[in-house]
Amino acid sequence: MWNVNRGKCLRCGACVAVCPKLALELDESGPKNDRKKCILCGICQKVCPVAAIKVEKDA
Amino acid sequence: MLENNYDVVVVGAGPGGSVTAMHLAKHGLKVALLEKRQEIGAPKRCGEGLPLTAEEIVSMGVPSFCVRQEINGAICYAPNGKEIVVEMGNLAGWVAERKALDKWLAMQAGRAGAYVQAKTEVTEVYKENGFVTGVKAVYEGQEQDIKCKMLIAADGVESTIARKAGLETAIGLIDIDSGFQFEMVGVKIRDQKKLELFFGKELAPRGYTWIFPKGSDVANVGIGIALADKPARYYLEKWIASRPDIFKNASIIEVNSGGIPVGGFLDNMVGNGFAAVGDAAHQVNPIHGGGMHEATSAGKILADVVAKAIKNNDVSQKTLSEYNTLWWEARGNKLKKVEHLRQFFDKLTDDDMNMLVSSLSGEDLLKMARGSKVSGLAKILMKNPKLLLLAKHLL
Repeated sequence: MWNVNRGKCLRCGACVAVCPKLALELDESGPKNDRKKCILCGICQKVCPVAAIKVEKDA
Repeated sequence: MLENNYDVVVVGAGPGGSVTAMHLAKHGLKVALLEKRQEIGAPKRCGEGLPLTAEEIVSMGVPSFCVRQEINGAICYAPNGKEIVVEMGNLAGWVAERKALDKWLAMQAGRAGAYVQAKTEVTEVYKENGFVTGVKAVYEGQEQDIKCKMLIAADGVESTIARKAGLETAIGLIDIDSGFQFEMVGVKIRDQKKLELFFGKELAPRGYTWIFPKGSDVANVGIGIALADKPARYYLEKWIASRPDIFKNASIIEVNSGGIPVGGFLDNMVGNGFAAVGDAAHQVNPIHGGGMHEATSAGKILADVVAKAIKNNDVSQKTLSEYNTLWWEARGNKLKKVEHLRQFFDKLTDDDMNMLVSSLSGEDLLKMARGSKVSGLAKILMKNPKLLLLAKHLL
């Protein structure tokens, strides 16, 4: 599961910059995740300055 | 109005994109400068410090409404509170107002003849026979295809356009800092003309916190850190709470965050009919994270190369790679040294830092941050063989 808390997100794009799969794009409400490309690696969660992203490996 | 055919489309109207577009227009090229956001310059992702060495911007005659504070030096605090005061003459730089400066730079591109349009997002890059031939832009929900001989990605740290054009610019976690900042009013500022930098592992793991004054009681109060247990915001809020002597009466007038490329410079920043500049090409000083100077000096180099290439009707990667060569000669090799310096600082313990602050002068620090050799550094480090080992790349 990949989730962004849009209340916390400041739309800075740090997550987009580190995504190794080009699975994230930024729009006016924050990052959008392309589930087909996302590998749930969690790098975006680690770089987020405001802890807005939560990634959990699917069970 | 936005037309359907340009010599060059520049994506992103930050300082890098605007200065590149301005120089291209001055070369007589037909240029479109497209900015995704509805307001150029906002929200900022920047501490707004601009050294006067950023001559590409400074030489343009920046009007006073873009400058909030003149700066004549910096104060660096070691983890134990000991300080180094770096005096840099009468005037070393500014704390700018990015909302005003970025708009003004975009205006200069417009005045030079480029067509500038905000709230216009480039969503697709078209290629034919391996060459970029155009883009899809969206304005007010309307899609428009635009042909171009050359595409320039100045789209910031996300670098989406650069990657869509085929350049691998994803930043490794080791080469990106998390930045978080409040613009605050009611800050007790020690010296309005000095930037203040605070170091310490607890305070800011492999980074620092800063106070950049924007007047007598207003400042950008921020943090930039490498990958850590907690998010950047957590460390900044903790620090602010621990310093009532500075922040007791402070309140928040703006909240900013961002990723800061701090290394991982690209050997190749071009493709067929395509180039990247600024944060999109990781052109940032790895020790202080400043990018305006790098983006604009690279933008000038790039514009000259592109103008020549278009005139000769050859925008192949091979021809455009002159930009790689010239940038590495002018900036890259220096920044690579600064990257080594950052890697050295990353490994320091608080005790190491306390020792260095009591041994180094302000002038030494300045030289190091600019990628110059510091005479006597070996002698200082000799006191601590571990440091000497860590710093072998710097000597």
